[in-house]
Amino acid sequence: MKVLVAVKRVIDYNVKVRVKADNTGVDLTNVKMAMNPFCEIAVEEAVRLKEKGVATEIVVVSIGPKTSQEQIRTALALGADRGIQIETDEEVQSLDAAKLLKAVVDKEQPQLVILGKQSIDSDNNQTGQMLAALAGMGQGTFASEVVVDGDKVNVTREVDGGLVTVGLKLPAVVTTDLRLNEPRYASLPNIMKAKKKPLESVSPADLGVTLSPRLTTLKVEEPPKRAGGIKVGSVSELVEKLKNEAKVI
Amino acid sequence: MSILVIADHDNSTLKSATLNVVAAANAIGGEIVVLVAGENCGAAAEAASKVAGVSKVLVADNAAYGHQLAENLSLLVADLGKGYSHILSSAGTTGKDFMPRVAALLDVAQISDIIRVESADTFVRPFYAGNAIATVKSSDAIKVITVRSTGFDAVSAEGGSAAVEAVAEVKDAGVSSFVKAEMAKSDRPELTSASIVISGGRGMQNGDNFKMLEAIADKLGAAVGASRAAVDAGFVPNDMQVGQTGKIVAPNLYIAVGISGAIQHLAGMSGSKVIVAINKDEEAPIFQVADYGLVADLFEAVPELEKAL
Ligand SMILES: Cc1cc2nc3c(=O)[nH]c(=O)nc-3n(C[C@H](O)[C@H](O)[C@H](O)COP(=O)(O)OP(=O)(O)OC[C@H]3O[C@@H](n4cnc5c(N)ncnc54)[C@H](O)[C@@H]3O)c2cc1C
Ligand SMILES: Nc1ncnc2c1ncn2[C@@H]1O[C@H](COP(=O)(O)O)[C@@H](O)[C@H]1O
Repeated sequence: MKVLVAVKRVIDYNVKVRVKADNTGVDLTNVKMAMNPFCEIAVEEAVRLKEKGVATEIVVVSIGPKTSQEQIRTALALGADRGIQIETDEEVQSLDAAKLLKAVVDKEQPQLVILGKQSIDSDNNQTGQMLAALAGMGQGTFASEVVVDGDKVNVTREVDGGLVTVGLKLPAVVTTDLRLNEPRYASLPNIMKAKKKPLESVSPADLGVTLSPRLTTLKVEEPPKRAGGIKVGSVSELVEKLKNEAKVI
Repeated sequence: MSILVIADHDNSTLKSATLNVVAAANAIGGEIVVLVAGENCGAAAEAASKVAGVSKVLVADNAAYGHQLAENLSLLVADLGKGYSHILSSAGTTGKDFMPRVAALLDVAQISDIIRVESADTFVRPFYAGNAIATVKSSDAIKVITVRSTGFDAVSAEGGSAAVEAVAEVKDAGVSSFVKAEMAKSDRPELTSASIVISGGRGMQNGDNFKMLEAIADKLGAAVGASRAAVDAGFVPNDMQVGQTGKIVAPNLYIAVGISGAIQHLAGMSGSKVIVAINKDEEAPIFQVADYGLVADLFEAVPELEKAL
């Protein structure tokens, strides 16, 4: 079975972003970039499916500027077989990302598509669901367990009240949550080998998609700052403050 | 303008998040219609008809919607939603699951997790783990929006008398089915709507030690939450995670115990009115957002706190 994995290049999760002084966006100059953590989990899951003999080929796709080839190479070093870069310097909103991924799905005909549940930059949590809708596929979002069984997949999902398991016909879309697996690190020999793995570059036009952003960002601001607090010396002082000063208990 | 609000419910009760979504709909302005899609969901529909400001309740009562399967629900909502200017749901895991499908089926963008309404086409939402707040304008004819409950004060659950109308059509995509659910049972208030939350992190060391927090929660009528590290370590279940990729809470009082205060955790609780941090490391970043910080070993401070309450 062929597995398609979508990986996004985003700001490293350790970096605290700064809002630009002119309020047009966040400052990404000289900021460390990395693979979206949820996409790392998606790659890891695909690799494990291959190790189990369930997956036969892993194709990884990323949409973005030329530099996003770095994240595809990382995925190849982790065990993916082949990469597709959809190159564009334009802003790609989730609906367009889903349309581009749908075009790749049409071409590649994977049985399973794995995405992260959320990009840690946009915090959108949309693309996998949109892709599934466009492709008419079932979806297992926020997955903490994925079990492929013949022409079906059972996905256990992390939901507000606990865990829910759904059964999906293949082909299907899965989006990863934090507890699905713990991603491995790429070894040096595998990083070297990844350089020789095939990586094809296409444009949105090659896939027959014209980007059409629907949302315009009018301004970006810092969140309101919290007023500085105090340190209390003891539990009894804490309780006294909560009762008489903050009046919250 | 007319706004379709998709109710959050468990067939028998209407979840309070729906009241926050109706508040967001009020801020947009226009006629508010609530859709209750479920199975044997008459009680939830009746509750929805009493919500202040709702003019009509649509009820789609069918096995196809019983478990809120996104594939079926999105077909229904996309079809009904064509006649509306806005489609709103809460940004809980159900809304996050089916709403992007609705948007894709209607060929429109989704605006996720709004915390404020500027006008009928302009909304405010946090991104980058809440470290930046964007004002976004939509050019789509239908706005598909998920609402962060903590951004809007709930409308009253009483006072309305909306007409209830059955929706006959049944949409079953036939690609997914419900297998099982393992839901956490708790008599404590829900995390996202509790007025006091006490959360534990890696510093708690194990799940058993969370009993100390539960004892305080019981005295204060609080909900219990956790950091990702505590969930990953298996101390507590996933539905207790507070943060960028967990639940967003904004109680009157948030007590963080043995939590360092990573940006991903702060993203989920920094909107709280009063924050207390108990941590033995005085350099822990949580102290930068805490109104009251106590540098102490939690194994001494927490039992003492329980006694003092
Ligand atoms: C993609 C992504 C998403 C994430 N999403 C979330 C999220 O939604 N929510 C979330 O919480 N995290 C999230 N994280 C994880 C986050 O980065 C941190 O790793 C996590 O919040 C740390 O949890 P912690 O504070 O409990 O653990 P630690 O950082 O290990 O802190 C433990 C604290 O306990 C204190 N302590 C230890 N023993 C005691 C004692 N006896 N008495 C008092 N204090 C003590 C220590 O001083 C320390 O400050 C995410 C990370 C990524 C990459
Ligand atoms: N530009 C992109 N390139 C590749 N995958 C993407 C891109 N944008 C989103 N995705 C995928 O969709 C997931 C969810 O993203 P989002 O809907 O933006 O939160 C990510 O974790 C990726 O798997």
